[in-house]
Amino acid sequence: MSTPAIAKAPKIAFGDRFRLWWNTLSRPAQWGFGAPFVLLLALLPIIRPPGLTTTGTDFGAVMAQFGMYALIAIGLNVVVGQAGLLDLGYVGFYAIGAYTVGLLTSPDSPWNKTGPNGFLSDKWAWLAVAPIAVAVTALSGLLLGTPTLRLRGDYLAIVTLGFGEIVRLLADNLDSITGGGQGLSQIAYPRVGVSAKQPLGVFSAGNAGDPTGSWFTRHLNSGVWWFWLSLVLIVFVLMFVGNLERSRVGRAWVAIREDEDAAEIMGVPTFKFKLWAFVIGASIGGLSGALYAGQVQFVVPTNFNVINSVLFLCAVVLGGQGNKLGVILGAFIIVYLPNAFLGRTEIFGWQIDGNAIAQYKYLFFGLALMLLMIFRPQGLIPVRQKLLTYGRQIYQAMRRGREAQPEAVEVAK
Amino acid sequence: MTGPVLQGTMYLADPAVISFDIGKLARSFFQSTIDGLEWGSIYALVAVGYTLVYGVLRLINFAHSEIFMLGMFAQYAALMLMGFSPSGNAYNEGVLLTIFFLGVATVAAMLVSGGAAVGLERVAYRPLRKRNAPSLVFLITAIGADFVIQEFVHFVLPKLTGGKLGGLNAQQPIILVQQESVFKIGDGTVTNKTLIILIAAVLLAFATDYFVNRTKFGRGMRAVSQDPTTATLMGVSRERIIMLTFLIGGFLAGAAALLYTIKVPGGIIYSGGFLLGIKAFSAAVLGGIGNLRGALLGGLVLGVAENWGQYIFGTQWKDIVAFVLLVLVLMIRPTGILGESLGKARA
Repeated sequence: MSTPAIAKAPKIAFGDRFRLWWNTLSRPAQWGFGAPFVLLLALLPIIRPPGLTTTGTDFGAVMAQFGMYALIAIGLNVVVGQAGLLDLGYVGFYAIGAYTVGLLTSPDSPWNKTGPNGFLSDKWAWLAVAPIAVAVTALSGLLLGTPTLRLRGDYLAIVTLGFGEIVRLLADNLDSITGGGQGLSQIAYPRVGVSAKQPLGVFSAGNAGDPTGSWFTRHLNSGVWWFWLSLVLIVFVLMFVGNLERSRVGRAWVAIREDEDAAEIMGVPTFKFKLWAFVIGASIGGLSGALYAGQVQFVVPTNFNVINSVLFLCAVVLGGQGNKLGVILGAFIIVYLPNAFLGRTEIFGWQIDGNAIAQYKYLFFGLALMLLMIFRPQGLIPVRQKLLTYGRQIYQAMRRGREAQPEAVEVAK
Repeated sequence: MTGPVLQGTMYLADPAVISFDIGKLARSFFQSTIDGLEWGSIYALVAVGYTLVYGVLRLINFAHSEIFMLGMFAQYAALMLMGFSPSGNAYNEGVLLTIFFLGVATVAAMLVSGGAAVGLERVAYRPLRKRNAPSLVFLITAIGADFVIQEFVHFVLPKLTGGKLGGLNAQQPIILVQQESVFKIGDGTVTNKTLIILIAAVLLAFATDYFVNRTKFGRGMRAVSQDPTTATLMGVSRERIIMLTFLIGGFLAGAAALLYTIKVPGGIIYSGGFLLGIKAFSAAVLGGIGNLRGALLGGLVLGVAENWGQYIFGTQWKDIVAFVLLVLVLMIRPTGILGESLGKARA
């Protein structure tokens, strides 16, 4: 069986070649290549390579936002990319995560548990509340999913859209709890790394780096710290989601996505696994919302408009539904491009109005969605699901086949 | 009217969260119903666009709300071309001229909306149909198109018109009809606006129903929605029927846009179609998506329910009532009140 696959080798595109190479690596070797890459990514906002760094806004803050969007994209990817359920109300989960943190730690909220009367310490309040936020969002995913996941495709999309709006309207209208349009301010954040220079800790918005410091500390502002925190969370979430993907759950999701009826007939309990996808996706969204609330220290309903759901969806579709690395790339594009244009007056020698271009982002992302759906509906880095179902064994079998047949390698060259 | 059973407050911990007062609805029952019917007529006309396209293509035309929004701008532009200035009135020059202005504005709104709907189909959906794309791809394209149209009016249109149209803020209203009370029913006042909106909506609804159920083109639409392949074999041009469907949906959205601006003169803004579109889609689902009469009924039911809810729970809960109703209907009876299917409407 392996010979025809190798005979086709010259036609394999660059991305597939990389994929093939990556999949033949042993797990420790993958970590060996992956860890320095993550480290390099973490150092990006410290090094701020010219050409990549942003001029109009702080690059550290942009990377922090990228971290949050990447988490969202990974979570939404579980729902949309892997299980094939179009969720247009994902921003609702993001909002629930953010508001849970806000309600429990903001002095404006009646349920504030910080300060002299609460049981949360100022220092660890955020860290203690973040898991609660994840749990609350998971529960809300369960509550929304149980009745609605019996619906299919388009209907589900609209119900989730309605849910996203309901969450925002509730936040807007329950004035006595959520502060309505005023929002909740002074939300807790991890107060660690307190020093004479940083009396409120390194995560506080007041940490603007040390302009007189070394190359390392000069750009080490709060944005960078939040980016690092989200990077750690992303690695954990990726491991979790990746393991799920390779397990029975992941195979069930693929089956549901490809053909729900066939999956049902083959004995996959589709409803159960759809609910799993929904709840896991929701909790990852909630985690990202908690990060957002902590970083901005302020939540307000207008930040959770439905338009954000579409932006999240754009990240997933742009990057490639179902591919974890793809959707992270998509999140990067969504966050980075508008910020890169901010405050820029020329690009490649052309005079441009960068601020206007950044402002038009929804126009361009809308166009990008339309063009992408016509010319490359699978996204920039598409997923290769057929081989994935066989897992690593097939790659290793192929590699063994190649070593056993050196003449086949000659054909490949 | 207010007893302990009719009034109440829901408490979550300390602060009062939601209070309801059924007595208030009872006291203004007719007024809320009249308001509801006005809104419902507008929803119904927009909902027809969603339902027809869904019936023929099995596609949620998410961008239909922006077709409606373009209609609002079109009638405004037409009025400006006729020499009215923003914040002006169009009703001071006699009844006949007012009707003429109304007519021109209606035609402008319907033509632009209809044209935009057909153009959207050509540019966005036809390439996908040629590629046999899955339905998720269609929906994502529709969402993309929605934002493109919205942002076009937000940013590009003001540049094209020298800041006269579009932009971040709502247009200064040109008031087409001066509100006058005509007669009273119970506690409710029927105004001339009410009559215009309701009569126009009923006429358009009957015309559409006649078109779909009695004419050759309508038979073609129903045939395609029942079975596209067989319809094609029987000599129905599928592409032409799809174009026609978008055109009718666009026409009705344009008419609805005009009625909406009569009701809410200050509502002409780039983002003004979005929420209304979602509600109109809810109305279509409520009545049974793909079912023409269902969409009309669903629109009215949604409009009335929303306004009753507004009187019971307070104005700020109006939108939530609509969305909760949508979620409830989809959970309990996903096929809607009259059941889905354009093809089976009248075989």
